[in-house]
Amino acid sequence: MQKTWNNKAWFLVLPVLLIVALNAVVPLMTVVNYSVQETFGDNLFFFEGTRWFREVLHSDRFHASLGRQFLFTFTILMIEIPLGVIVALSMPKSGVWASVCLVLMALPLLIPWNVVGAMWNIFALPDIGLLGYSLNALGIDYNFTRQPVSAWLTVVMMDVWHWTSLVVLLAYAGLQSIDGAYYQAARIDGASRWSVFRYIQLPKLKHVLIIAFLLRFMDSFMIYTEPFVLTGGGPGNTTTFLSIDLVKAALGEFNLGIAAAMSLIYFLMTLLVCWLFYTLSMKGETQ
Amino acid sequence: MDLSWMAWTWQTATFFVVIGFLLGGMYVWEMARPGGDPRQGILGLDTTRGDRLFISLITAAYIHLAWLGFLTAPLWGATLFSVFVALLIFRWV
Repeated sequence: MQKTWNNKAWFLVLPVLLIVALNAVVPLMTVVNYSVQETFGDNLFFFEGTRWFREVLHSDRFHASLGRQFLFTFTILMIEIPLGVIVALSMPKSGVWASVCLVLMALPLLIPWNVVGAMWNIFALPDIGLLGYSLNALGIDYNFTRQPVSAWLTVVMMDVWHWTSLVVLLAYAGLQSIDGAYYQAARIDGASRWSVFRYIQLPKLKHVLIIAFLLRFMDSFMIYTEPFVLTGGGPGNTTTFLSIDLVKAALGEFNLGIAAAMSLIYFLMTLLVCWLFYTLSMKGETQ
Repeated sequence: MDLSWMAWTWQTATFFVVIGFLLGGMYVWEMARPGGDPRQGILGLDTTRGDRLFISLITAAYIHLAWLGFLTAPLWGATLFSVFVALLIFRWV
């Protein structure tokens, strides 16, 4: 039977298109405009061509903050994804404790970023913070305001504390949706705990883990508030990630052209990674 | 409507007009010669014409960045190279 082909339903998407145009496309266009100009304020702009892009691409400062950003994102993904799956696997499947665990898991997600930063700042202070004071009392020289390694450890721990719950909740939802028949079949075959995980749970979790990976990649790649409140990008520049560097350039130094060029390069990187990840996961799906 | 806050230049306006024409052109192309259904190319990906346009645009952006990062030659060289790569993408990917 011939299907009726009617494209008029696309008009229903128009309101969304308008909203997206206003809150995403127009600002993006403005950033593109800024990236080729110099300004000293008062809405006066001078055309500079590709100068800012060349400067950013050859800037040691940009390379350093980009390197730190990738290292941070890679580190937290390597910790949060496996840890989230392990916690989800060990949570009760039903009953009152399942609800208790879910609420406890959701708590860190409800806390605003700046509060998390402030909490960890106080928690980790070497003289009065519980973590900082305890570590020093144990003889471990720990001071996140002075030592780069301590600062990094604190930022990573803070992110793991704040966001592993998201992976846990997604993985838990994925685990709950697995049909009991699979486990029954595995028991009949005498499958080990590892085999059940490797051949039943992990494949079934693939999609939620892709979503968790994407969300955590995007979120950690543009992390700003938490490390800004905790370390302010220091000591020195050791925890200055891309977004902190960007804000320093744009608002601290009022280098709007350089900041716009940095933003566009930043945007292209995020776009490429998301597209690659989405395409590769969909490729696996269609085969 | 005062758009001076957006700091428009004719160069960036041309860039967005070209992108707009590309999107419009894709629509006209599909209307005139339907054939945008997914097909598998050399990368083993199922791509529609729209996907191939997206891949071409993002590749062009990276070619321009690489050109600015590694070469000192005029940027239109990167644009010409991007058009050539886009043709390859539309033909083979």
